[in-house]
Amino acid sequence: MSKIGQVVSTRSKGFKSAWSDNKNLIGSLFMLPAAAFLILFLVYPLGLGIWLSFTDARIGRTGVFIGLENYEWIVMDPKFHTAVFFTIFYTVVASAAKFAIGLYLAVLLNERLPFKAILRAIILIPFIVPTVLSAIAFWWIYDPQFSVVSWSLREMGWIEGNIDFLGDPWNSRWSVIFANVWRGVPFIAISLLAGLQTVPASLYEAATLDGATPWQMFVKITYPLLTPIIAVVMTFSVLFTFTDFQLIKVLTNGGPAGATELMATMSYNTAILGGRIGEGAAVSTAMVPFLLGAIMVSWFGLQRRKWQQGSSDD
Amino acid sequence: MTKNNSVSSVALEDHSEGMNYLVNLPRQTITVYIPLFLITTVLLFPFYWMTVTAIKPKAHLLDLDTHNPFWTWEPTLEHITALLFETEYPNWLWNTMFISVSATVLSLIASVFAAYAITRVRFSGANAVGGMIFLAYLVPPSILFIPLSTVVYQYGLFDTPFALILTYPTILIPFSTWLLMGYFKSIPYELEECALVDGATRWQILTRIIVPLAIPGLISASIFSLTLCWNEFIYALTFINSVENKTVPVAIVSAFTDGDQYRWGSLMAGSLVGTLPLVILYAFFVEHYVSAMTGAVKE
Repeated sequence: MSKIGQVVSTRSKGFKSAWSDNKNLIGSLFMLPAAAFLILFLVYPLGLGIWLSFTDARIGRTGVFIGLENYEWIVMDPKFHTAVFFTIFYTVVASAAKFAIGLYLAVLLNERLPFKAILRAIILIPFIVPTVLSAIAFWWIYDPQFSVVSWSLREMGWIEGNIDFLGDPWNSRWSVIFANVWRGVPFIAISLLAGLQTVPASLYEAATLDGATPWQMFVKITYPLLTPIIAVVMTFSVLFTFTDFQLIKVLTNGGPAGATELMATMSYNTAILGGRIGEGAAVSTAMVPFLLGAIMVSWFGLQRRKWQQGSSDD
Repeated sequence: MTKNNSVSSVALEDHSEGMNYLVNLPRQTITVYIPLFLITTVLLFPFYWMTVTAIKPKAHLLDLDTHNPFWTWEPTLEHITALLFETEYPNWLWNTMFISVSATVLSLIASVFAAYAITRVRFSGANAVGGMIFLAYLVPPSILFIPLSTVVYQYGLFDTPFALILTYPTILIPFSTWLLMGYFKSIPYELEECALVDGATRWQILTRIIVPLAIPGLISASIFSLTLCWNEFIYALTFINSVENKTVPVAIVSAFTDGDQYRWGSLMAGSLVGTLPLVILYAFFVEHYVSAMTGAVKE
């Protein structure tokens, strides 16, 4: 009864007090399940990982604090240098290729096409097939003896012998990059297509009347309007490429001779297979500065979008 | 080239279609259809190759010269039946489904509460919590799996399905919460005010008004979460040891890589069968899937 009275007397104020009496309590109750999962299995392990990187923990033994020794150890390790080099190389080359092909594909899909919905659904298939399973398909395509690519090129008379896709350091590097690009393009293309569909057609009409070429329209209209979504999509893409594990693990397992080792696979091999938890944790903690860099890019991209649209932050 | 043409047609045609009518068919074939066809072919080829290999007779697999490798006239189910009846594959498939569905349900429940609290309860610090959830989305499993393996061991979950059911939500909750927040924000505040005037509690508002109105968002979040779980590899590889508890991606990699010359048939059959449930699910919910993917990016 009192509640009704409040509501009737001063509508907005009445609501405010009725809601705010217990909103902090209700809010924290509702947050509880999600917070429990994230604290127990995300925040705590994140902190623990940094702690472990300063200890000499091994599998089955909690370590003692040894300061920066793990980091000194990995910084001197030539294998770590190769891993850092290839992780950066892999991320830069694969992300650039994914971006270029993904944007091109998105622009193509934005044309007036028959069966557009079906085409879009088909293009997303590489993204929904589990990465490991498509990596196995690539493993078979890259087989040193029975590769269907080598066979086709041989039949066409372009090459003499089989290509050793995964046995040679640079061949294997390009092969895994190709597989990564193959898997990443659909995500970027479909996300950017969603962005393209929000660009008003009237802008292109106006530009055409002013005599703009298709390339000018792309550079002056499409690209600037797409920048905010590009920033977000590419941050995610860079993040996932940088921390990639599955493709390399299945296709080359870091080989030949560590040529395709990424920081993620190196930390797995050191910590889980080699049993040196502390050292492995140091390798994966060394990835954090790069990730922070990627997040900063995303943050500023989002800020810029809000500023452009003039909407408030809510 | 099409200048005269365009001037006359602008007057006649509706503008809502944009400028596409300026492009004629031969030109569109070269600039659009051919590149599109090439890209689509490359994107689909591994999937096609997987299917063809899975139904080829063993003898044809490694004999590229007498039989055209791209096609087979004698499809066989030998790899698939061997997979289903002579290996533990059905068991792995069941594990994958059980773990994916459980983790999805758990994280969806937690995400609905969290998204509702952040967007509608407006407790103090709601925006900061929302931002923290977004940051959690950016923490990749590759830097978490080492400490998480010791945590899983401490909690006594190692080598049980619960090791995965309880850790997958850390990947799913940030994503689903973020997606659902977008849906909840689009529900008018007035509906809640009406319910409050009628004496509804917070719980009733959530279950009777908000959740039913956000069903499309819930479907998107669950489809995407299921796919992510099905895909997950690094946790499943690290936290599960015994063969019978493994999930499909991990089991295939470890079980069929035993140096058998003809393993390709069973590997491809295993990959194909492991992919089909997702592809079928995807075929039914394409729109939800796309909105989940782009929604998370746009927000």
